[in-house]
Amino acid sequence: MSVVIAGTGMHPWGKWGRPFVEYGVAAARAALREAGLEWTDVQFAVGADTIRNGYPGFIAGATFAQALGWTGARIASCYAACASGAQAIDIARTRILAGLCDVALVVGADSTPKGFFRPVGGDRPDDPDWLRFRLLGAANPAYFALYARRRMALYGDTSQDFAAVKVKNALAGSLNEAARYRKTVTAEEVLASPMVAAPLRLMDICATSDGGAAVVLVSEEYARRRALSTAVRLAAVSTVTPSFPNTVLELPCFATDSTAAVPPPERAFRASIAHAAYEEAGLGPADLSFAEVYDLSTALELDWVEDVGLAPPGEAAKLLRAGDTALGGRIPVNPSGGLASFGEAIPAQAIAQVCELTRQLRGTAGARQVVNARAGLAANQGLFGHGSAIIAIT
Amino acid sequence: MLPSKRLCHIGSMAAPAIDGWFTVDNDIVHLIGTRCADCRTVYFPPLTGFCRNPHCSGEDLAPDRLSRRGTVWSYTNACYPPPAPFVAAEPYTPVTLAAVELAEEGIVVLGQVKDLTVDDLHVGMELELTAGPLADGPLVWMWGRP
Ligand SMILES: [Zn+2]
Repeated sequence: MSVVIAGTGMHPWGKWGRPFVEYGVAAARAALREAGLEWTDVQFAVGADTIRNGYPGFIAGATFAQALGWTGARIASCYAACASGAQAIDIARTRILAGLCDVALVVGADSTPKGFFRPVGGDRPDDPDWLRFRLLGAANPAYFALYARRRMALYGDTSQDFAAVKVKNALAGSLNEAARYRKTVTAEEVLASPMVAAPLRLMDICATSDGGAAVVLVSEEYARRRALSTAVRLAAVSTVTPSFPNTVLELPCFATDSTAAVPPPERAFRASIAHAAYEEAGLGPADLSFAEVYDLSTALELDWVEDVGLAPPGEAAKLLRAGDTALGGRIPVNPSGGLASFGEAIPAQAIAQVCELTRQLRGTAGARQVVNARAGLAANQGLFGHGSAIIAIT
Repeated sequence: MLPSKRLCHIGSMAAPAIDGWFTVDNDIVHLIGTRCADCRTVYFPPLTGFCRNPHCSGEDLAPDRLSRRGTVWSYTNACYPPPAPFVAAEPYTPVTLAAVELAEEGIVVLGQVKDLTVDDLHVGMELELTAGPLADGPLVWMWGRP
């Protein structure tokens, strides 16, 4: 038995200043329309939570269900930072696989403040996410910059390489009507943008956005019975956590785990996320037609390219320079335009990645279509040990 | 080289910005972690209660001073004043941050860097623990030139 992605929907990313529930409902309705189903057909709805929009955000499943109109459908709400959407998808597909429902709707949406993400208010000296700002002034870009600098030192990556990631993703994003940033950029523009956290500049770092995304998942049997599209199926949803000791300095931590007693695991966390998805799908990196990875920074896309196995460690920039990861290249990475073109709408982002997988695999991605797309992977990592990788196939 | 003068300066400063994470003792700064009595795993910030090694049932985590010298794993800065609850100095000069690898403990610890900019740093260079004040007074551990 497999789970079919019957429909996808997105509210365009932007800085719209509307309540998050509006983006979520718009995306949900679009996904249901694409699936050819009604809200009243949905037996189970999962909301990916937003923690910056008060109580309705903490119970997103109920918030969206009420806004769509109470039907008695069962619901769940979940939070896993940037991986919230993937966990929501995992909950929905598990319920379908368990035979507890046939039709599930997954929705995530966010309305975001201006500027850097900052900790939730109040004095919380026991919360590392508060303390890292208080003691170190370590905003999120600082961590991305540490990884970027390490790439430069270890692999010889350059600021020009990082800029080339932005140029590539901006070009793809210019072809995506759901993206917030639709303008192409030049490397010169990236390199002239202000330094934020050396070596990363403003245009190397993803913004925060408003947006909403939804998918409708159904059992294969139900899809046949209702004559829905069965073109795209979920082949794997990996939501693994790190293995002790985690030797990468993770946002928002002050330190890594110690290797004094236990040696580092065979795979670092990010690599283990994709590995688990490949194992579940029975596929490998060579089987992919394209990948969506979480480019919180330009340099981080290069880390991901290696972590999901598209290049050996240290060689992602080589793929980039050869044009392999561009639209039309051997293995396009972030054909949606990525976070560089969207900006991050946390609970919606992993769902948006799956929207892109589905559109590419259905062959409905328009000008940014990957030729003969058969399998796609979406990878992402949320704060506090939330991995997510989803593989969809046709 | 007037290390004693600089370090005396530390001793005369205000209260620590956080209790129990570092100590200034005879003008020498140490990070305080904890070490599991059973498996010897080290924790920073200091962990109490239960060891996080999944193969260890240890519940005796005792305070332990960490090595004062390590090598730079990576580094960066904050070119714009970080948001609250950080208190930025006025006028603002970029905060430099370094993640420093302590070989004996097998751990990488993030900290502000004292009196050095990103132009002075490179991956692999040796730094030593010191301390310095936050803009509103309290003392925090910092990495500095040995
Ligand atoms: Zn232990």
